[in-house]
Formats: sequence, structure tokens, C-alpha cells
Amino acid sequence: MSALVAARAVRRSRARLVTIVLLGAVLVIAALSLAVGAYSVSLPDLLATLAGQGNSKNEFIVLRLRLPRLTMAVLAGLAFALAGALFQALLGNPLASPDLIGITGGASVAAVFAILVLGLSGFAVSGFAFVGALVVASTIYLLSWRQGIAGYRFVLVGIGIAFMVQAALGYLLTRADVRDAQGALVWMVGSLSGTLWTEVAVAAISVGVLVPAVIVLAPKLRMLQLGDDTARGLGVRVDLSRVLLLAVAVALAAVATASVGPIAFVAFVAGPIARRLVPGTSLVPSALVGVLLVSTADFVSQHLLPGGVQVPVGIITGAIGAPYLLWLLATRRSRGEA
Amino acid sequence: MTESHTLTARELSLAYDGADIIDHLDVSIPPGSITVIVGANACGKSTLLRGLARLMKPRVGRVEVDGRDIHSYPSKQLARLVGLLPQHPVAPAGITVADLVARGRYPHQGWFARGTAADDAAIAHALEQTSTTELAGRAVEELSGGQRQRVWIAMALAQEPEILLLDEPTTFLDVTHQVEVLDLLMHLNKERGTTVVMVLHDLNLAARYADHLIVMAKGAIVASGAPDEVITVETVRAAFDLESVVIADPVCGSPMVVPIGRFHQLG
Repeated sequence: MSALVAARAVRRSRARLVTIVLLGAVLVIAALSLAVGAYSVSLPDLLATLAGQGNSKNEFIVLRLRLPRLTMAVLAGLAFALAGALFQALLGNPLASPDLIGITGGASVAAVFAILVLGLSGFAVSGFAFVGALVVASTIYLLSWRQGIAGYRFVLVGIGIAFMVQAALGYLLTRADVRDAQGALVWMVGSLSGTLWTEVAVAAISVGVLVPAVIVLAPKLRMLQLGDDTARGLGVRVDLSRVLLLAVAVALAAVATASVGPIAFVAFVAGPIARRLVPGTSLVPSALVGVLLVSTADFVSQHLLPGGVQVPVGIITGAIGAPYLLWLLATRRSRGEA
Repeated sequence: MTESHTLTARELSLAYDGADIIDHLDVSIPPGSITVIVGANACGKSTLLRGLARLMKPRVGRVEVDGRDIHSYPSKQLARLVGLLPQHPVAPAGITVADLVARGRYPHQGWFARGTAADDAAIAHALEQTSTTELAGRAVEELSGGQRQRVWIAMALAQEPEILLLDEPTTFLDVTHQVEVLDLLMHLNKERGTTVVMVLHDLNLAARYADHLIVMAKGAIVASGAPDEVITVETVRAAFDLESVVIADPVCGSPMVVPIGRFHQLG
């Protein structure tokens, strides 16, 4: 029994350490995001403001301008990362991430259609994005269903759909007025600027419903990773569990994309980075990596670019995420681990 | 182990893509014994095992545990009675032995009863029985083929099923590890009274370890019963299209098939 306990203790202490370090890093970035800017707030003033005791100027800057943006970064990072990690684990393929298989792309097409053709803005665009993601995900699911879902077929169908989605986006953009197209492009890159509390509230409620669903379904996910036969032999209703998990993952990706646009690469890299830190599928570290990625990238995009340039956050995640993934693939230790 | 659980197939037909692989089969697995299913490639032996393990829905007929259709059981309840080790189980990347074996406890766990003392005891016992305790902290992908198979069996043991089905548990193992795995299953059968049902390729090992042998050909049962009644020159010819001599195994007296082949003659 002692070897068992020892083996388990090693893994748990590693997981705990990683979680604490990631949480610490998120707190540091959060404090920086709230304090630093054209008008900087000192740490004591920041804490006072957050406690409701700041002056009105600090209150406006921190609570009205910076905190909603930071909160949205946290929610979007969490939702993207969980969606990606769930997809990758369910389909047993690191390429099976909602941003590569056209699901966030579907959201983009619907949103860009709403902006350019229907002239909508705000929540209506988010609603279109959400529906677009669901439609694409259902299409992939139906097209790849052959008495069950095989990961590689799902990914191949998804990549095909992603190209169709790109074509549709290109068509919409080339047909549009240049200024309208500019607005649509910013949405397509993924941006957190000008986030309002009302938008944060909608995202927070959605994530607040979906995260408990992930917690409830996580034990079934762990069983599905053993293969369909083993999972069935252990008493898992395989097809039902997989559909529910996919639905939750799609909803998470859809909520995140609808809220902030398809921020590149977060869903794709959060899981692999977390797996590097803690072996096995670890949803909590994945979510924290996603939060850290988006909040850090947003801070960089606002304050750390040469010449004071500000760009949408999606440019930064793409610029950091892609090389990091290549490095992961080049240095991975064994097959199937990416 | 006091009560024994029955596993039977009645008029069972199983089909892939509409084509029957096995057709109207009646099978009765003797409780508390070791049953081995043998037969040539593509005779339907793995399909039968998959049907018994509720991995396939019957086209016709049914599979029953204790007289009740397996597809009418709540899935976790059935998993506490019937366990399965498939031919190619998948270990998630980076998983440790302890974590993998612990997943065998799934059918015993509810929302609030997870990681209980009973779980820990069953996991520790499973590791001990399969001599994998000292591997507990290792990653499954680092292990040798024989070690890995012992770990998968440990997971099936942690499940504590009354009936354990295994699809070719000795494939890809060298002869030492084959014997080791079969000894382990025999020990499990004798100690806990677990009913073991497995598909094996090696006729001689099958004859040695089986209490009950089922010989299949072309989706039907050619012969079934005690190995020394079932294994005859005629059965081997019917099932494998092979000329052979059957002698007594010098170690334990079970029937042993010695193939003849084209270039050799008897005497």
C-alpha cells in the first residue's frame, strides 16, 4: 500500500505545485494589468480601489475600464483552454482543437456575416457567433459519424470544414466596404479592447454554467481515454458521455469566441503546455495556462510593444503560440505526447 | 466467493455491417472455471467474446448474466459483474501505473464515494497480485510488454468483476511472459473463484489452462467441453484444417497438439 500512496503523493504534489505557481503568475499579471497604463495606479491605491475605498478617478480607471477587460481575458482564456483540452482528450489528437477544425472559424463567419451583411453590432454579433460555432460542430459530428466517432476522421472532416469557412470569410470580406471590413477584421483577430461589464456578465454566467458541467463529466472523460472498449467494459455509456462532453466543449469554445472573437492558438496550446507541466490530462492546469496566456498576451499587446503600438490580443497569442508549439513538437519526449 | 454467476448466450447472432459473423450460437460458461475459446483466424472467436462483453448488440438472440439480458443492466452494475480486457487497450499519454489501475474502480464509485478505503485496498491488492506494486509510480509507456500486460490485468482486477473476459491476453508476449500471465489468471480463478473467459491462440497453452474449451470454426462451435475430450485429431482437422498428432503434455497430461505439415511425416 505504501508504494501506491507514495506514487500518488508524488503526482499530487507536482500538480499542486504547478497549480500554485500558475495561480501566482496569473495574480501578478492581473495586478499589473489593473495598475499599469497611460495612468498608473500604485499597488496600495489599487488594493484600496478594489476594496471599494479608492478615489473616484482610480475607481473609474480600474473598475470601469481595466477590470472588465481583465475579467473577460480570464473568462475567455479559461473557456478556450478547457474547450481545447476537452477536444484533444476526447478525440485523442492534439490537432483536434476547436480553432484548427473550423469551430471558432464557423463562429467568425457568422459574426462577420452579422457585421457586414446585416449591419449588426454588440450582443447580436455574439449571438450569431455562438450559433455559427454550434452549426459547424454539429456538421462535423454528423459527417464524421460512422457507427461511432473516430478522432482522426473528426479532425480530417474538421480541417476540410475549416477551409470552407476560410473561403466564406474571404468572400464576405472582399465584397464588403473597406471600413466595415476593417471592423470585421478586428473582430476576427480577437480583441478585448472596450469590454463592458454587461458583456462580462453574459460570459461569466455562461462559463459559470459550463464549468460545473465539465467537473461532473470529467470522470467519464478519464475513462473514455482508455479506449471505447475498455471504457464500456468499466460501465461507461460511451456514446452518450462523448456527445455530452463534446457539447460542453463546443459551448465553451462558442461562448469564448462570441465574447472576444477567435483568439488564436489558446485552445490549441493550453492543453499541451499543461501536459508538459503535469503528466496526464490535467484540466485545471490547462485552464490556468489559458488564463495566463490570454491575460499576459493582452498586457503585452497594450503596453509592451515597441513604439507604444497597440494591437488586438489575438495577434500576440498567435505570435507566441505558434513558435511555442513548434518547439514543443521538436522536443517532445515520446510519441503521442504533444 | 460463495455465489457464482452464470454467463450464457442464447441463439446469439452478431453481425458487422449486416454480415453475420456468428450465427445462432448457444454458449454456456461454467461458473467459477476457466473457459478458453480457440479457433483459426477469422472464426469469430473475438466477435463472440465482444458479444459476451456487451461491446456488440446482438442482431438476434441475447446474452444473459444470471438469467437477465446484459443490455438491460445499468452499465455500472453490469461492470461490477463482468470485466473486460480488450486486445488493444489504450493508455493515455503520461499516465502512471497507479493512476491506470485506479481507473478500474470506476464502476464502484458514485458522486461522493470516490477514493474510499475499499478503493485503495482493491488497488493495492491488484498491484500486489500482479507484482506491479514497485511499478506504481512509473509511466505506463515506459514499461516492457510483459509489465504493461500485468498492469492492464491489475486494472481489471481492481474492478473486482465476478466474470473476467480477456481477448488474447498473451499476444505479443514471449513464452515466459505468456506463462506468467496465464499463471496469474489461474491463481485469480483459484483464489477468488473469478470466472475467467479468454480467447487464446496457442492451442497447447489453452488445453493446459482451460477447464472448459470452446473450439470454433466459421462462426460456429465445433466442439466444447473438457480439453481431453475436445482436443482430438478430428477436431483439430475440422477447426484448423491441419493434420496433427495429439499426445499427452509431459508436464500435466493435458492433450498436446503436434502439427505435421507438408515436409514432415509421422515416424
